[in-house]
Amino acid sequence: MATATATLTGNKASLASSTTVIAKRTFLKFIRTPQLVVVGTIQGAMFLLIFRYVFGGAITAGGVKYVNFLVPGFITTGIIWQGMMSAGGIAEDLDQGFFDRLRSLPIPRAAVLTGRALADTGSQIWGLTIMTVIGFAIGFRLGGSVVNGIFAFALIVLFSFAFEWVFITLGMYAGNAQAAQGMSLMLVPFTFVSSAFVPVITMPGPLRAVASHQPVTYMVDAVRSLVLGPKAATLLGLGHTSAYFVVRALLWSAVLVAVFGAIAVNRYRKG
Amino acid sequence: MAATIEASGVVKRFGKTLALDGLDLVAQHGEILAVLGPNGAGKTTFVRSVATLIRPDEGTLRVFGHDVLADPGAVRQTIGLAGQFAAIEPAMTGRENLEMVARLFGQGKKTARASTQKVLEQMGLAEAADRLARTYSGGMRRKLDLGASLVGSPKLLLLDEPTTGLDPRSRLDLWDAIKSLHDEGTDVLLTTQYLEEADHLASHMVVIDHGKAIATGTPAELKQSTGRSVIEVAVRERDDLAQVAKVLAQVHGGEPQIDDATRRVTISVEGGIELLRDALKHLEALDIVLDDVALRQPKLDEVFLALTGQVLEEDEEPKARKGRGA
Repeated sequence: MATATATLTGNKASLASSTTVIAKRTFLKFIRTPQLVVVGTIQGAMFLLIFRYVFGGAITAGGVKYVNFLVPGFITTGIIWQGMMSAGGIAEDLDQGFFDRLRSLPIPRAAVLTGRALADTGSQIWGLTIMTVIGFAIGFRLGGSVVNGIFAFALIVLFSFAFEWVFITLGMYAGNAQAAQGMSLMLVPFTFVSSAFVPVITMPGPLRAVASHQPVTYMVDAVRSLVLGPKAATLLGLGHTSAYFVVRALLWSAVLVAVFGAIAVNRYRKG
Repeated sequence: MAATIEASGVVKRFGKTLALDGLDLVAQHGEILAVLGPNGAGKTTFVRSVATLIRPDEGTLRVFGHDVLADPGAVRQTIGLAGQFAAIEPAMTGRENLEMVARLFGQGKKTARASTQKVLEQMGLAEAADRLARTYSGGMRRKLDLGASLVGSPKLLLLDEPTTGLDPRSRLDLWDAIKSLHDEGTDVLLTTQYLEEADHLASHMVVIDHGKAIATGTPAELKQSTGRSVIEVAVRERDDLAQVAKVLAQVHGGEPQIDDATRRVTISVEGGIELLRDALKHLEALDIVLDDVALRQPKLDEVFLALTGQVLEEDEEPKARKGRGA
């Protein structure tokens, strides 16, 4: 006992190892709570089918088939719907004393939230994959190369990580899980006031201005131009190459991580 | 060697509420120190300050000589915290929970596995180790939580109302566990509102009220500190209580306490056996059936009453869970 204590003194878990340990816990919680997995998946599938078959007939998207327009936008904005669970999870950890334990341990302050963000992004890959499969099943086809398709998928995962920090911040300030879910709904306009479901060109002036410049639109357009290829991009009147959208989407992601990461970690530090 | 905990003039405000109002307290190595006080006295705030979860506004607070403000990292390496909530992950097994905390304490995989096994056995959880914690009973969750607080071999265990809401059997189990940890050389700081718990576990006690320490000492010292004894009379018929109280008040002065439920009258007196004789003489004249008459040391709740003028809640009802920072 005495020797064990002696060797432990001055031993600090590194940022990498403590982040991994925290991420593992969050991920295990996800896969061992079937309700989370099943409900999230069913909800996503339900809305995808509703957009495809209920609204889809009434929406025209340039010269592009609506299913090809919809699926990339739907999967990209799915990160926001799925991210709401993270806000609830963070608020719960805070509310129920789990963070008290972690904050009393000799680990780097950033590890707990980084671990959560990584694990939740990992969990999102499951939902993204299912939606992609359903997308193909209801008629979506790649217009660009397979490599570009895979690149687009990787980008969505990255955007998901960036938005995680927004939800983590909301969770840190919400107080409890219900409030966190409620506050997360404030992000819903970002999904609809974007290019995700309809071309922004159909929106009235001021709204179009907002929709064209918010991060979700850049992310959606980056993904869409990659998976549909240059021909469809021209039909849609995107007006730029995919590189233009990818760079801007990545810049937005960096901004989200920097700003919300700083707010969330600072909040965590103060308790 | 530095004291385990040394608090001097610690002040903590939450908005306009003064949670700690110049708290002074010293815990020496080898002690189980119980911090006793009613709801809202500042117990939890104090534990959270020692655990580096909140920062005191004024005063100094040192743990093994490390200042909680200047060097919280060093403090965190010496403590293990079990808060009012069982801070465990229900979707992981008991073993996984403990290994996670051990790893976060900086232990390598192999060491973490070994210390986890040791703690599981210590807590009597070895058989349930590989079941998900969501299947555990309330008592087992608390034990697992306590286990998580000590799997990093801390020098000081911080336990915030460790047995609140537990059934009596689990409470006794947990008391045994805390005692054996102490026997192995871990210092313990615990808060409680249960006098029985403080009496049973603590080598030293600090009574706090309104964010200040109002009395310190061993349980025995505290009981003697008022310099008074208690005469306690139990009657057969509840209707006789008032009359007995009246007689005791006449003989000794002061205000007798009447407990309807146990049909007892108690009065705090200054003096010894001769007072009891006096009281008996007057009571015999009343022609009342008495079940019991005794002269004894005051219990802790009576000490508390004498110190603060407040009645300490003594019921065993699990109280409503407090929010953070209360």
